[in-house]
Amino acid sequence: MTLIKTTYNRRSFLKVTAASTGGLVLGFSWLASCSPSAKELAKMPKEWFNINAFLKIGDNGIVTIMSPNPEIGQNVKTSMPMIVAEELDVDWKDVVVEQAGLDTTKYTRQLAGGSQSIRQGWQSLRMAGATARRMLLEAAAKQWNVPVAELTTEAGVIKNSSGKTLTYGEVASAAANIEIPEEVQLKDPKDFKIIGSRTKNVDGPKIIKGEPLFGIDYQHEGMLIAMIVHPPAFGMRPKSVDDSAARSMPGIKEVITINTYPEGIEKQWSDTNAFSELVVVIGESTWQVLKAKKALKIEWETVTKPESTSDHEAALTALTEKKTEPSRKDGNPDKAFKNAAKVIERTYSAPFLAHNTMEPMNFFANVTKARAELVGPVQTPEYLSKTVAAVLGMPEDKVSIMMTRMGGGFGRRLYGNFGVEAAVISKQVNAPIKLVYTREDDMTQGIYRPAYKVKYQAALDANNELVGFRVRGAGINGSPVFDNRFPAGAVENYSSENHRLESNITTGAWRAPSSNFIAFAEQSFLDEVAEAAGQDPIDFRLNLFEKAIANPVGERNDYDAERYAGVLKLVKEKSKWGTNKEGVYRGVTAYYCHNSYVAQVIDLEMNGKIPRVKKVWCAIDCGIVVNLEGALNQVEGGIIDGIGHATYSAMTITGGRPDHKNFDTYRMMRHSESPIEIETFFVENEIAPTGLGEPSLPPIAAALANAIYVATGNRVADQPFIDHIKV
Amino acid sequence: MAQYTIKVNGKSLQVEVDADTPMLWVLRDHLKLLGTKFGCGIGQCGACTIHFDGVATRSCLIPISAVGESPITTIEGLSEEYNHPIQKAWLAHDVPQCGYCQSGQMMNAASLLKQNPNPSDKEIEAAMHGNICRCGTYIRIKAAIKTAAKG
Repeated sequence: MTLIKTTYNRRSFLKVTAASTGGLVLGFSWLASCSPSAKELAKMPKEWFNINAFLKIGDNGIVTIMSPNPEIGQNVKTSMPMIVAEELDVDWKDVVVEQAGLDTTKYTRQLAGGSQSIRQGWQSLRMAGATARRMLLEAAAKQWNVPVAELTTEAGVIKNSSGKTLTYGEVASAAANIEIPEEVQLKDPKDFKIIGSRTKNVDGPKIIKGEPLFGIDYQHEGMLIAMIVHPPAFGMRPKSVDDSAARSMPGIKEVITINTYPEGIEKQWSDTNAFSELVVVIGESTWQVLKAKKALKIEWETVTKPESTSDHEAALTALTEKKTEPSRKDGNPDKAFKNAAKVIERTYSAPFLAHNTMEPMNFFANVTKARAELVGPVQTPEYLSKTVAAVLGMPEDKVSIMMTRMGGGFGRRLYGNFGVEAAVISKQVNAPIKLVYTREDDMTQGIYRPAYKVKYQAALDANNELVGFRVRGAGINGSPVFDNRFPAGAVENYSSENHRLESNITTGAWRAPSSNFIAFAEQSFLDEVAEAAGQDPIDFRLNLFEKAIANPVGERNDYDAERYAGVLKLVKEKSKWGTNKEGVYRGVTAYYCHNSYVAQVIDLEMNGKIPRVKKVWCAIDCGIVVNLEGALNQVEGGIIDGIGHATYSAMTITGGRPDHKNFDTYRMMRHSESPIEIETFFVENEIAPTGLGEPSLPPIAAALANAIYVATGNRVADQPFIDHIKV
Repeated sequence: MAQYTIKVNGKSLQVEVDADTPMLWVLRDHLKLLGTKFGCGIGQCGACTIHFDGVATRSCLIPISAVGESPITTIEGLSEEYNHPIQKAWLAHDVPQCGYCQSGQMMNAASLLKQNPNPSDKEIEAAMHGNICRCGTYIRIKAAIKTAAKG
């Protein structure tokens, strides 16, 4: 039996050559390989044979595939093992999927973010499956004493030229001792059976039973419940705590004050946190702790100046009017605007947004002198491990992190402050604890999608050609503008400028960072420019793509104009663009982000001032679709989430205090506000797959805004739309 | 602290808790029935929906002292073999993304179908209004309810 500790990364791929069969042969080296320890072997069931870090095969042919990346609802726990199973050539019904814990010796990039899990895992997952298949074939070839080339596989069964068969289970034991092949053949995408199928969520049967899958469900013997009180306003910290009443309440074990990031601690990029000093109540049960929290008398002190949304709005507006050095400049925009026949201009804005994962932040920690055991929902376990080790003053190999299924991530769980807090609390009270945030703790803690403002200007010449384009963006803690994104590359005279407004309100990645706003602004503005140019909005964009294909301006353009135009043409055809129905208003949009291309058309009805999306057509080019079912679900979810937040949601701040603390006043889209139908079309090609967790979200708000304009004659340039629609 | 005997998923169970403890925390902390989820604590998100006397109810809002003899059903007790039409339809439509809100969505949907076996789109939307899904599975939820309604 061999347990191979393998590190996969780009450097491990030595050569790529075309095989004679038309498939792909990948040459690679295994960077690390060593024997398993006796202790590790003892843990393994006797009937399992470990082939590599991603899979083990049982003597009955059942295959366990490890899912290394965190599952936040983006379906990687199903789709990533599908890739391994495809190359292994097994029947999906014989596959069991297990979540792997953090293990940097076996896996790379155990992270959920940027829609990158599938894209960056594609090669290594295929290799893991193909390598195992090759080892099984070699074991069978040895047993039959025939060359490997004479053998074929199908659904977990090996056949030789005389018709004899061996199952994977029958040769698994021998295969585990086969030397790792230096080259393996990957399948031709035309032969994919599992990849591209509609495969159901592997956790579906557990979810419908209400099984304890999530971090908040985690149980441990002797575990106490810990809850925090963080300052009521950004810029504050606790000054003094009177915990006498709370301490004497039933079930309460401890009231402590913690500092999760003491001075001198090396922080990771994931350690964004407005409130490192917290008051913590620890007790036997959640309700007892909740009541004790209310009995605390805490005096707060102001450390940095309290800010308000009204201050931000004024400052962002001033910045969008303030010239700065362009971060990209093509041609001579000033001259183009001076000589323009028409100039179109509009400023767009959007507020802070909270992530509002349905599962509030939580984490389990059991810190002893010897080690720190952490379990919970985090998108960045590797960073959390480093910070926990630093804060506890413990070597990193004494810190273990097990990822649970997450009740949503959307970027919030990239920032693992709650995991650090759990570890610090457990150490301080010397007991296993589960930290649980209330919704209020969660919603008022920051790490918001930044509030943004961006000003666009377009210059048309006498022939209504777009000859000049300027964008100037400003945002809290950073600008949302992508300098090299469309229409850069399609306009002769172009400039982009960026401003950053520093704030003590923490901001962070929120599903499709920056794109979640800028796609709305850019694609709404292009709609207005198309109208000013007297052109159909789709034809106008297609003309620009033609320019970017034939004669691109600049060299740093970050998109492929042909694939971009491709999705727009597809959605034009599928939505039968150009046909109009009484009382139904149409809007279009197209955007590229996270390596995928999306175009959408909306059919909108208006009930007075209330918009209701009847149907969305979505065309998407994400290369090969791994799990069609999961892909459709992600695209639908992104569209609904995008419409919901652009239409209804906002976080505002007054004197440093978040104005919304829970769902009674923070508005989230509800069933009756959801689009009624979504039809999705994937571009079929054999390009390596890119992610789908984010790309369908950013453009949809522009399709909605453009349809609202058709319906009302008014452009909605500010989110949330529901506050700005004029009829 | 007081002793209570409550009927949960057809069983008579005893717990010793404060009178004002919401059923949500009785289920989760004391009975370890973890399918009922904590989302907001103020009856606004629907993640903690259970059946109380056969009707969909937010468990974060009912203190144990108000339960009495009334039977409680949680997601774990919705069906014996996890074959309630709603559960089967949820699987058939592959509804969940993260899955966290789905216990509450299913409990609410099951209660709706009990009262109205063949709801219209508008009736589904109205009945499901109190259940938030951040992942955006609303269309699949509605489709699954319609499938379940057909039997």
